Amino acid sequence: MLKTLQILYHQGKQYIPDLRKAKVPGIFRGRPEISSEKVDEKTLADICPTNAILGNPVRIDLGKCTFCAECSRLYPGKIHFTTDYRMAVNERERLIISEGVLTPITLNPGLIRNEIHRLFHGSLKLRQVSAAGDNSCELELNAAGNVNFDIGRYGIEFVASPRHADGIVITGPVSKNMAEPLQITYDAIPSPKIIILVGTDAISGGIFDSSPALDRRFIEENHIDLYVPGNPAHPLTFINGIMDLLGINT
Amino acid sequence: MSFITIKNHQPVPVNTIPELEYDIFYNLNISLLAEHPERHCVLYFGYRVLDVIRLMCCVADDIQHNILISSSIVRSDSKLNSFSAKNLSFERFEREIHENFGIDYIDHPWLKPVRYSEYRIDKSKTIHNYPFFSIESEELHEVGVGPVHAGIIEPGHFRFICNGEQILHLEIQLGYQHRGLEQLLLDKTKLIQRTTLAESIAGDSVIGHTTAFAYLLESLSGTVPESEVIYSRTLAQELERIAVHTGDLSGICTDVAYQLGSSVFGRLRTPIINFFQEWCGNRLAKGLIRTGYNPFPFSKALSERLTTILDAFEPDFVEMNGELSKLPSSLSRFERTGTLKYDQLLSIGTVGMSARMNALNRDIRMSHPYGRYPELNHEPILKHHGDVYSKVQIRKQEVLQSIEYIRKWLNQIPESTKTQPQPVTLKPDLFAISLTEGWRGEICHAAVTNNKGELVIYKIKDPSFHNWLALALSVRNNEISDFPVINKSFDLSYCGHDL
Repeated sequence: MLKTLQILYHQGKQYIPDLRKAKVPGIFRGRPEISSEKVDEKTLADICPTNAILGNPVRIDLGKCTFCAECSRLYPGKIHFTTDYRMAVNERERLIISEGVLTPITLNPGLIRNEIHRLFHGSLKLRQVSAAGDNSCELELNAAGNVNFDIGRYGIEFVASPRHADGIVITGPVSKNMAEPLQITYDAIPSPKIIILVGTDAISGGIFDSSPALDRRFIEENHIDLYVPGNPAHPLTFINGIMDLLGINT
Repeated sequence: MSFITIKNHQPVPVNTIPELEYDIFYNLNISLLAEHPERHCVLYFGYRVLDVIRLMCCVADDIQHNILISSSIVRSDSKLNSFSAKNLSFERFEREIHENFGIDYIDHPWLKPVRYSEYRIDKSKTIHNYPFFSIESEELHEVGVGPVHAGIIEPGHFRFICNGEQILHLEIQLGYQHRGLEQLLLDKTKLIQRTTLAESIAGDSVIGHTTAFAYLLESLSGTVPESEVIYSRTLAQELERIAVHTGDLSGICTDVAYQLGSSVFGRLRTPIINFFQEWCGNRLAKGLIRTGYNPFPFSKALSERLTTILDAFEPDFVEMNGELSKLPSSLSRFERTGTLKYDQLLSIGTVGMSARMNALNRDIRMSHPYGRYPELNHEPILKHHGDVYSKVQIRKQEVLQSIEYIRKWLNQIPESTKTQPQPVTLKPDLFAISLTEGWRGEICHAAVTNNKGELVIYKIKDPSFHNWLALALSVRNNEISDFPVINKSFDLSYCGHDL
């Protein structure tokens, strides 16, 4: 018993007090900023492994970006990845960052359904499905619940059964072999329910987008409530996205 | 000669690999492995050459530090004797060859699909009609779990046959995570695309797999990275081992309902992966390993930072492990749970930590060393009980061993002169094999180029490929309530297997 208390004491304070304002250590690659410097757009676009760079004007689609930063390494004056982790959106188009735009990424408040605020503001239970995810986003979602990030403080939790869930969190590009289990899990969640996509692979297929082994009809046919970009998505990107969606301000 | 002998990461002209009659090929490889526990098959695969299949068998000799390569040309409608009938470690390799090319094996135990690959021959076999082993009985019952599990974890289906609470048999059905990754590595020709794919083989082993990939492409292109690149890769590999082992100890504590251990190990992992972010901008080290160069050379400042982190980590890690190993309620769940014997581990080709839990000494850092490992004279940590507790102890000791290695390296940072990539052009008609020791065990990549220097086959073997069977065998005669902790103690990869 004494030893247990001693261990507890040695841990000190581990939780991040303010998940909204926490600083990420080091050189995190978050929301990019694109300068108006003139470059050959085709050469720039060709660098990208997933065709996330669009031309005229130069734009980066964070739903496709793998955050490998090859573009900013070769064109440091043109593209710069900031440490701003708040990148989640509720509208696919908002993930496309244009030249000269230096403002933070936000949700479109008009698109958030009323019942989301009303029903899930104080308690949101989520069922996670990895549909051919590479286990990196899964690790980061687990980390969101650890003692450091402690997403549970807002009543947000991952649950074992879809019957207990208010929504589904999908990772991975959705393989053919997972298409049916994903649908069955979603169907088992009582309405109203939300869908959250976490990671580049889930949002666009990422580096796997051209693979014939995928079946992305579920993603294409359903309304998505939240897109959380990243490769993998940082726990703070996920947590802040959900807080924005639920209207949690503290 | 009926085989050629090469070293880890050594390229050879593909036409120097002897092509044998299948019977000779069969007898050769079976006799190479029989009564030789220091040898094991690291990779056995086939690829199409015009309208026939070339089978390649790669047997590693851990004492001589060599890899013995032989091959045979067969037709896809062949009916062949199976290696598996003589040596069980070929069981899954031959199922894969059957699934991909239709080759029939007369005496294979059961040619079930491995992963329902997009490129399988028989599309009438689907993941929904998998042929499970079953027993007709009034007393026994079956328990099916998955593919979607009760947690944030990848999908796979477990089918138990139980007598009351006791597990008699477990069959693990995989393939849900299949993304067609090996074919994408051939189709996507830009280096950054291929590197991104390598980083996505298994997100918990980014360093292990991407390092295997980088070495392989360097072998095939004749690129020689400077010593700083090799240094950073080896250092990163040991950091990844510390991070995942610590996270797994947290998971193991969770599965025996020990909240303190779960929280403490969970938070101890955080500073290690945050250090990856400080170094390369990504907590799981995506972006760090590149072919031929290092975009993030290790620096004096990083070294000081890492020293501070490890100084804070080590006493808390040791203290928590000390408490865990004295706690009767956790020991009673760990000891003699999920036990496998040395002979079982050897016969099915178990690798890595799961092999070392019962004296089977498989560790590429010692047997086929690369990077900075040759100068270390690494001695693998071996345990002799083959249970969950053995794996808990291995994790603890390997973390401390890795810290010791890293501390040694932190005083020897090499100068980095090339921070820009060199062009990587693959040479024609080569074969190379690349082995690395990830935290889970031996990772194997191999590739062949054609006369234009294009990849014609890229083969990946995650340590989970063999170890899934070890998990299935280890739960026999255990209570089904012990399955979660046994499963976590192996912590195998679904996507690394399904590809």
